[in-house]
Amino acid sequence: MFLIEVIRLAFRTLRSNPLRAVLTLLGISIGVGAVIALISIGSGVQRYVTDQFTSAGTNVITVTPGRMQRGFGGGAFAQPAQLTMSDWRAVANEVQGTSAMGVSFSRASSIIYTGKSSNVNINGVSPQVGAIQGWTIASGRFIDDADIASRSRVLVIGQSVAKDLFESGEDPIDQSVRVNGLPFRIVGTLVAKGASFIGDQDAIAFVPITTAQERLFGSQSQGTSGERTISTILLQANDDASRPAVQRDTTQILADKRKIEPGEPNDFTVLSQAELVNSFGLVLAALTTFLGAIAAISLLVGGVGIMNIMLVSVTERTREIGLRKAIGAKSGAILSQFLIEAIVLATLGGIVGVLIGVAGAALASRLAGIPADVQPASVILAVGFSTLVGLFFGLWPARRASRLSPIEALRFE
Amino acid sequence: MTTTTTLPDPVIDADLLTKTYKLGEHEVHALQGATLKIYPGDLLAIMGPSGSGKSTLMNILGCLDQATAGTYRLDGVDVENLKDDALAEIRNRKIGFVFQSFNLLRRTSALSNVEQPLIYSGLRSRERRERSASALRAVGLGDRLDHQANELSGGQQQRVAIARALVTDPAIILADEPTGNLDSKSGAEIMCLFQRLNEQKGITVIFVTHDQRIASHCRRIIRISDGKIVADEVNADQLKACIDV
Repeated sequence: MFLIEVIRLAFRTLRSNPLRAVLTLLGISIGVGAVIALISIGSGVQRYVTDQFTSAGTNVITVTPGRMQRGFGGGAFAQPAQLTMSDWRAVANEVQGTSAMGVSFSRASSIIYTGKSSNVNINGVSPQVGAIQGWTIASGRFIDDADIASRSRVLVIGQSVAKDLFESGEDPIDQSVRVNGLPFRIVGTLVAKGASFIGDQDAIAFVPITTAQERLFGSQSQGTSGERTISTILLQANDDASRPAVQRDTTQILADKRKIEPGEPNDFTVLSQAELVNSFGLVLAALTTFLGAIAAISLLVGGVGIMNIMLVSVTERTREIGLRKAIGAKSGAILSQFLIEAIVLATLGGIVGVLIGVAGAALASRLAGIPADVQPASVILAVGFSTLVGLFFGLWPARRASRLSPIEALRFE
Repeated sequence: MTTTTTLPDPVIDADLLTKTYKLGEHEVHALQGATLKIYPGDLLAIMGPSGSGKSTLMNILGCLDQATAGTYRLDGVDVENLKDDALAEIRNRKIGFVFQSFNLLRRTSALSNVEQPLIYSGLRSRERRERSASALRAVGLGDRLDHQANELSGGQQQRVAIARALVTDPAIILADEPTGNLDSKSGAEIMCLFQRLNEQKGITVIFVTHDQRIASHCRRIIRISDGKIVADEVNADQLKACIDV
């Protein structure tokens, strides 16, 4: 009951000097607002990136040549290594527990049609790659086994390529285009995936892998062993449970085939989509936390503002404190009066800050096109933290007030 | 005092109170063995020039301070060894203070000002309001309950302060120069109010003052000088402050 009285008293005191209360509270509001806006944007970006990855298909395992260094700065290849068609055949014949698998050989090139050109990655692929990578046919068909066998000059294009080369309303199917001087016939177009943080996903074209290796990029695909090289092996595990086994088996099969001694590092990398999502997620979470921590510093500054104003208030109200003690307030009552005043200030500031933060996140996401993800946990955390700031920075002034001698406080001019 | 009936227990029983302050190297003996008894229903003035120890005595009697030596019984409670919080409780329950400068909370209603001591007594809000309103009626401000303290005249402010002192039903009211900030008309009205409360309700009032006019309204005058009580006499020609009482 006493607590209710003290809270009511705190509000009355704050109302008696509204400008000062608002200015003090603003320090906390800005801090809380910054924390919430940054964390919301950070976690929005994190979710967006995760979605981008998983849209490419879950349970997908990729095998690429070379050894990828772990940790920051990963992706550096220790030595030039090549994966070849016989590696692909070994994996395709022996690995169990997959629902689909495919192989690709990719090089950047340009597609030319009636004087217009489109610079894209030409992906020579086996038929199942389209499905594994999550592509949907918009019109026509994808690369099939007959195309592979006959090394046919057929092309499946992404939406960005279609937009580059053709007028709207013009049907790309059965049109003849040129790649590296060779005529190709377009047999299919793909449904757009949209832009991602790695760039335009729709700037892509697929040809049969045999056509890419032998007709388009013959010299580039010539391996040191005389075999044709490949860029990537793609495996889709049956489900989450079988993914680790597929990953392990693939690694073992390739290590055996390539005669890598136990204990020696592999010259290829077997990576699951899930791992990639996780490591990106970790980096982004760290970044979000870092930004939040920087914003939290401004909360501390706001706390110092509260302490400052509370100290002024204690001095101004010395006589009131003296009177309260004379009429029977114990030290604890004075302490809680000033402490609760600071806490009320800080908590109000926190609530206003949440509004600022949510509005700021919404504004940023509208302006920058980044989705913002306001999490209830971060709201509760920010308000809770601002209350703690009030408690911490209010404690010293409140103790000072509670320790005043009533005689001296009453005599204070 | 020729009656054969036994006297009631004194509300204040102070024996050989001394108070010594240290001011740097020097020791200041503010009180040097003050002894006094005050009985319920008394109306008295403690008088003395500044520096006489009058304020020190008031602070000790008001449990705002403690004596260096001596004993002090207030309304049956030995207070000389109590801790701060216990003293706060004694002040809350047994003493009503009236100050020269009123010490009201600004921008706060008269009713709410009077309520303050009852908050520290832990009373529920309804009972607080009822008691505060009746205390304000007793000082003649029944029609000013919701007025802000700073909107009232000086005399009215001091009445609010008196209501605040009365509201806890204390054993004594300690009034420190209660008319010092008032013009003589308002001052006389305040003295009239004290006298009426004393006569009609038997409230014990102790004035601490150097103002002879206040003292002249009292039944008993105690004079203090150099930390010692030098006179304690019945005021034979006590003035009536109120013409109509």
